[in-house]
Amino acid sequence: MAMRIPIETFHLDNGLFVTLSEDHTAPIVAVNLWYHVGSANERPGRTGFAHLFEHMLFQGSAHVGSNEHFELIQRAGGTLNGSTWLERTNYFETVPSNELALALWLEADRMGELLPAMTQEKLDTQRDVVKNERRWSVDNQPYGTMLEKLQELTFPDWHPFQHSLIGSMEDLSAASLDDVRQFFETYYTPDNAVLSIAGDFDSAHTRALVQEYFGPIPRGKGKPPLPSMTLPPVFGKRLREVVPDNVNLARLFLAFRAPVFGAEEHYASSVCAALLGMRKGSRLHKSLVRERQVAADASAFTFGLAKGTDLFVVDVTARAETATVQLEEEVEREIDLLLTHGVTPEEVNRALAMIETDLVSSLQSAGERADGLSMFATYFREPELINEQAGRYRAVTAQKVNDFIAERMVEENRASLLYVPKERVEAEETLAVAAGVS
Amino acid sequence: MVATLRPKPGSARSYRFPKFHGETLSGGMRLLVAPVEKLPIVTVLVVVDTGSTNEPAGKEGVAKLTARALLEGSRNYDGATLAEKFEQLGTSLESGADWDSTFIKITVLSERLPAALALLGEVLTTPVFPEREVERLKAERLSEILQTETEPRALADERFESFLYAEESRYSKPDGGTAGSVTGLKRTDVERFYRSRFVSGATTVILAGDIDARRARTLVEAALKGLINAITPAQPLMVAPRSGARNVHIVSKTGAPQSELRVGHIGLPRKHPDFFSTMVMNAVLGGLFGSRINLNLREARGYTYGASSYYDWRRGPGPFAVATAVASDVTALALREIFLEIDRIRREEISAEELSLATDYLEGVFPIRYETTSAVATALANLVIHDLPRDYYDSYRGNIRGVTAGAVHEAAQKHLHPGELQTVVVGDPDIVRAPLADLGAGAVHIHSA
Repeated sequence: MAMRIPIETFHLDNGLFVTLSEDHTAPIVAVNLWYHVGSANERPGRTGFAHLFEHMLFQGSAHVGSNEHFELIQRAGGTLNGSTWLERTNYFETVPSNELALALWLEADRMGELLPAMTQEKLDTQRDVVKNERRWSVDNQPYGTMLEKLQELTFPDWHPFQHSLIGSMEDLSAASLDDVRQFFETYYTPDNAVLSIAGDFDSAHTRALVQEYFGPIPRGKGKPPLPSMTLPPVFGKRLREVVPDNVNLARLFLAFRAPVFGAEEHYASSVCAALLGMRKGSRLHKSLVRERQVAADASAFTFGLAKGTDLFVVDVTARAETATVQLEEEVEREIDLLLTHGVTPEEVNRALAMIETDLVSSLQSAGERADGLSMFATYFREPELINEQAGRYRAVTAQKVNDFIAERMVEENRASLLYVPKERVEAEETLAVAAGVS
Repeated sequence: MVATLRPKPGSARSYRFPKFHGETLSGGMRLLVAPVEKLPIVTVLVVVDTGSTNEPAGKEGVAKLTARALLEGSRNYDGATLAEKFEQLGTSLESGADWDSTFIKITVLSERLPAALALLGEVLTTPVFPEREVERLKAERLSEILQTETEPRALADERFESFLYAEESRYSKPDGGTAGSVTGLKRTDVERFYRSRFVSGATTVILAGDIDARRARTLVEAALKGLINAITPAQPLMVAPRSGARNVHIVSKTGAPQSELRVGHIGLPRKHPDFFSTMVMNAVLGGLFGSRINLNLREARGYTYGASSYYDWRRGPGPFAVATAVASDVTALALREIFLEIDRIRREEISAEELSLATDYLEGVFPIRYETTSAVATALANLVIHDLPRDYYDSYRGNIRGVTAGAVHEAAQKHLHPGELQTVVVGDPDIVRAPLADLGAGAVHIHSA
């Protein structure tokens, strides 16, 4: 089934890359901005800053009061938010189509003139908010440290993906208004951004609005390049970390280096994840949850990192009565089975059929269309790739998945991050040694 | 530099909720079809009028267990084969139950709808509930209960409801059942629940997306002709508060870096005549990012990542709650602000700006809520579950616009009860106990997690 959405693109003189996709089925429109900056761009001693900065973008700009961005969009009947990831930060709103100009104007005001609105008091409050976000989503959540521990375990010290996205309390405390100014001037420039608009709008009118609001913003002076992020295809040895945590059920995250998002081999990796851990018909669910009953839940996914290397992650939560060592053995056995026997065309078909439905489903929402356009434009300067995804997936064969498995699922490319209930660590001696508490 | 003048809105294009067709099929089964011409995709949502509140006493959890066990084997296929067959069609069957109803749902490319719907019919009309799979699902629910003990948000929600409702009320126990009740469930309990409740007169089939009414009727009649032909009687629900006084319950988490808070009391049933004014009142109090509670606790004081309030709308009176998580050392200070905000919205009328923020938002966001076939199907399911009028979604925005500041004030005075507030703190008792005792929010009780 060939689903294609219409796409127009253009550049402003200041370097802003704009993509448009019309769809008039409902009177709503999505505005989506990706800035090509994420936690990977943070300097040492400032972990968490890219995300803290995202919070500051809702604290007003030259012509917008503190929190007024939220209020104006909600008053207009719109939804909005922002999010920060390792390699990008995005801001988005979906509004009734007659409010498109408001959404564009608000985004332009903060891209052009954020700094006049920045104060020490606002920074201090948002620093507290973010510290509470860290407590809420990381420190006070079972397995909440998974992302930062996995980054630490699987990337070398010097690598931009190695450090925490939410940041350490210490680094958050150190962030200053001067950091805000520098970060803004370096990264929040039109030539480091993509603007996507999807939904019910008139193309000519919208182009004029974009030119009027974003056109006067000056181009940036360039950003410091990231170091080369390429890594060998495998870790080179087994990696393992045991984390005693306030949990009742052990949970294993088994990670592998995988081909970067966008590479042809990435699609085989993604299909392999679906075949292994997407829904109840997947290998891991069938074997570990249904047949052997050692796991309460099992899944697999890829992070979709576009620089250097991606990570492929198998995520299995043990049943209460399953010994921790057994959990590891059972999951490894499934991976070994893949290595020895490979996958069948039927399994690949199942994965492809589900991915195809998800791709079509994701086109239903204007916000998701705009976000997809921004992503492909930011990473590859090619928003048209959104229409090529179904085809790229269909080109994946059992042979390609088996090639991926043979290269990447080997012993020397496995990193185990194992969460164990605190009280069990003392009981199981091998774990105590691994966790360094014996 | 950037244009300094805020743009004015253009003229709004009209929108209406998708037109839908409704009819009663043989055996009293209802069919609702909302054609949405956009993408070649269809959502099928089957709603059965039976939920946790229909469980026999002592069998708490059987509704959710039955919903999940449906997928574990039919006359012709075992559970693994069923999952495989749905997934080869690019879909997977989701099923579940809440307080009022059970749902079974798929979203599928329209060219694969006939095969997927036939399979869904097989699942719904010929389940065999294999003993081994029922026992496995029980064990998975018990794992989930263990997980909840260590997850502060879920733990706070669950304990809050147990402190709100009298023990005899079904609402006082988790909708998925307790460790005790789930352990006692047998395959025969599931079978009996299914036979008595999953009948044609209690079933509504909803299709939304790339489909028309005639084709939907043909496919649904063929797929579900095996349903037991009967209706189910309505069942009364016992609801009473556990305590008439204010109380503070500390659920101990020694060393917790944050306190997870719930403050509230028993709310209103969904079909209450003050539904719209109460919803707008809640939006101003804590329902929006720009609400009083969030702006106060997050943006003015930095106590939290977010604070909100909600009514959990059920057929019976579900909870009203303020929910947030705050740094441990400001627990009592944050609670004081929450109490002040509840008092303030009862004391004086909200401003015109606050009213319009809530009503403009609720009115304007309406079309954005129904972008997907799944959202349209869910909206139609709510009509059925709560017995709302057929034109509910057509008159929704007018009803919102009709809410005045006076009506909001009246809703706050009638439906917020400061004297009945129950407070739950999942946090470190060593840090929060003394300040909470000084707060004057009721007797302080300490519980283990």
